[in-house]
Amino acid sequence: MIDCVENRLLTSRRGLLLGGASFAAWAYLPKFARAADGHDPRLVVVILRGALDGLATVAPIGDPDYAGLHGSIALASNGAHPALMLDSFFGLHPSMPEFARMYRAQHAAVIHAVSTPYRDRSHFDGQDVLESGYGGPGRVQSGWLNRALEALPRGERVSSGLAVGPTTPLVLRGSAPTVGWAPVALPQADDDTAMRLVDLYRHRDPALASALSQGLQLEKAASGDDMKPKPGNQVAQMRQVARGAAKLMAADDGPRIAALAFDGWDTHANEGGPVGRLAFLLGGLDGALAEFESGLGDRWRDTVVVVATEFGRTARINGTDGTDHGTGTIALLAGGAVKGGRVISDWPGLKPANLYEGRDLKPTTDLRSVIKGVLQGQFGLSDQVLAQTVFPDSASARPMKGLVA
Amino acid sequence: MARDSQAALVALNRFGFGARGGASGDLINAASDPRGFVKAELARPFGVLLEAPGLQSTPQLGQAAFAYQDQVKQAREAAKAAAPTEAPQPPAEQKPDNQLRRNLSLNTVVTEIAGQMAEAKPADNAMKPGTMQPGAAAPAAAKPAQPLNVIQKTFRTEALARLQRAMLVDCGFTERLVVFWSNHFCISASKGELARMWAGAFEREAIRSHVLGCFADMLKAVEQHPAMLFFLDNQQSLGPDSRAGQNRKRGLNENLAREIMELHTLGVGGGYTQGDVTSLARIITGWTFAGRKGQLGVPGSFAFNANAHQPGPQMLLGKTYEPTGLAQGEAALADIARHPSTANFIATKFARHFVADDPPPALVARLRDVFVRTDGDLKALATALVDSDEAWKAPLTKMRSPYDFLVASGRLLARVPEDPGFYLNSLNLLGQPLWTPAGPNGFPDTAAAWAAPEGIKLRLDIASQMGARLGPNIDPLDLLEFAAADAASAETRKTIERAESRQQALALLLMSPELQRR
Repeated sequence: MIDCVENRLLTSRRGLLLGGASFAAWAYLPKFARAADGHDPRLVVVILRGALDGLATVAPIGDPDYAGLHGSIALASNGAHPALMLDSFFGLHPSMPEFARMYRAQHAAVIHAVSTPYRDRSHFDGQDVLESGYGGPGRVQSGWLNRALEALPRGERVSSGLAVGPTTPLVLRGSAPTVGWAPVALPQADDDTAMRLVDLYRHRDPALASALSQGLQLEKAASGDDMKPKPGNQVAQMRQVARGAAKLMAADDGPRIAALAFDGWDTHANEGGPVGRLAFLLGGLDGALAEFESGLGDRWRDTVVVVATEFGRTARINGTDGTDHGTGTIALLAGGAVKGGRVISDWPGLKPANLYEGRDLKPTTDLRSVIKGVLQGQFGLSDQVLAQTVFPDSASARPMKGLVA
Repeated sequence: MARDSQAALVALNRFGFGARGGASGDLINAASDPRGFVKAELARPFGVLLEAPGLQSTPQLGQAAFAYQDQVKQAREAAKAAAPTEAPQPPAEQKPDNQLRRNLSLNTVVTEIAGQMAEAKPADNAMKPGTMQPGAAAPAAAKPAQPLNVIQKTFRTEALARLQRAMLVDCGFTERLVVFWSNHFCISASKGELARMWAGAFEREAIRSHVLGCFADMLKAVEQHPAMLFFLDNQQSLGPDSRAGQNRKRGLNENLAREIMELHTLGVGGGYTQGDVTSLARIITGWTFAGRKGQLGVPGSFAFNANAHQPGPQMLLGKTYEPTGLAQGEAALADIARHPSTANFIATKFARHFVADDPPPALVARLRDVFVRTDGDLKALATALVDSDEAWKAPLTKMRSPYDFLVASGRLLARVPEDPGFYLNSLNLLGQPLWTPAGPNGFPDTAAAWAAPEGIKLRLDIASQMGARLGPNIDPLDLLEFAAADAASAETRKTIERAESRQQALALLLMSPELQRR
């Protein structure tokens, strides 16, 4: 039907919408009242969909049972592709040199044997629990990051979250306003058409009016020549998405909170060890973290990136050199605001009796405690708000102290 | 004759793919007998099958893919022999200059980038199938100069056949059913070359053949289809105590077994345990497809490999399945298909897809009862939906998926595509790449997922492209008559009447609530 595209000038009036009086369409422009110490916190939540193998990413090389369980894909501290030892016990996957560098600079930390309260093994329920922040599956109307946004003083530090990708991740869905952005290359509708449509929606379909208005705001802010999608290379895409999000967040009046998701961590077969499929993906994640660091520039100082996944994978490899759905896994923190250089873990051990249901790394830390600790450190949210509003009924998961410098 | 345009809107949009433009008279036909209009398609038993020149069977396609892979391998080896040097390292990616990024306002960033955009070459990028899902594997991109390989060609042929059918059918209810079941039992073309090669054949063979038949038959066809076995790794799964498992020191992979119970039948919380998952995984060991050497049968066809099958009886959901080889798994699937949790799960999902994100409980209960009473008769299920009052009375709050939106637009514009490129690219951009969901749970089915800011903005961009290209030759008010007639809102009518050009009017019509909601 349409097999070529009008080669017309792309600069449009919409670029100007972000300036001057046109802000009306953006009802929730962030305003900033900087804290006295100049701290201007930023938070990025990266969700790895598909359940990351935490034991393959930060390997407990010092645990005598690890090598046997993880078999052909286990990491080792020696050999052709040695793990990057974080301490005498844990080794980082060799495809994450940037994270290792941040860790050595004490700007990155690992929390191991961590899990949400979810104990079954459905990706989709697991993701719902991870993102909704509720104690169990089935309540998916809003996400914890959105409720955290709502709890912040309106019009002060942060009042709008950035959703990266074509659909808003659940973690950022809810009543607090968010804006969306995704890297694309497409000629854009002109402003007059867009404004007429916004007007029609205002009269007939307020939900679409709000969605479209928000969608119009940021479309150009992050899209430059270097932002074109690079089909086929997942690693390049991860970097590119991170670069665009960082660019938006680096602006003085840009969003302070962002959420994005990377797919593809469901490694049932041929997971690979120090090299292979998981290594490739971890390289992409590592690159994305580096993009955030460089893209945020001196804002990196005030940034925490939280990397989390819905659950872990079996401690023992399965019959096809991969791992099936498990429970305990890792969370990663990176950023200049992280009090890093540590692997934080109440290590449960990998003896058969210590495994969860005889198969998974037993979780000893509640992921909510980690996230609460970050939210408290970055935004000063109270124990009570965290326990009742952000993560409902979670008083038993106390905020982890001292994660943020 | 009584004409009910509002009911026609429901018939065409909630159940179908929207009214066709031109001389079809779809809206008038639907208005005179809305339920009859929808149900007419169910009465054509073979109408849902898809046969078109160039479409091949799964084994034929598998063999073509194997042959292509062999060719590539040979070419690579020949090239290696000719030039035994290491591949050059790709240049390091340029990092943005931190200095430039500091202390800018968002507005400055925008202005700065607007300058860059003016230098961009839109015609170059717009046709590249960029992915909207960070991290999702992008569909294979062909440079214009490079001829398509057999896998890309097959994918486009299959896509085109599906799109052409969607454009041509009267109402589109059965095609919508195909899309529903195909998404319920989804595979992802991004799994690998075989999945891309088989995506269309999988839908034609395992879904279409049973979409008005019996759920248990569809379930069996799906779980034995090479595309599904490949997608969820079952061809690699070996019974630990089977001969192959002992010899090769490999074993179980529980991916397919878990998704059968969680996503295809019982639903999560449907009453199964980790032990049941492991049991079913053992039961279906040996379910595979014959490889390129044809040791297990015709290459690319379903095969039961007794050597890989876990010996012995298995306990599943409280019942023991005796070791009867392939029949053991077939018996287990037949029981799972009839499980009460399955009836509940399917009824809920069905009502959610067609009626409302939170479907009326009474409707779900009725559909569940029909499913149970008829032993999973999917035609009876579809008929019960059309016969229900809820399906006609619920407000039109569902958001069209990107696929539905693009097909509805194409129908209204009376364009039967001769090339799937525009559709495939648009679907990639809108976050619903054809036959390529991010996970085995398929694409989302709620308004919240598809009404995201970025998604709506991109729809507008695509609608504008269509307007720019086709607007000059159409009368937008005629199209509004075809699409909604007097069921169109006064505001939509006014917006289209007052548009400054036909191009703009068309874009606004395609984006109007009447075309976006169903």
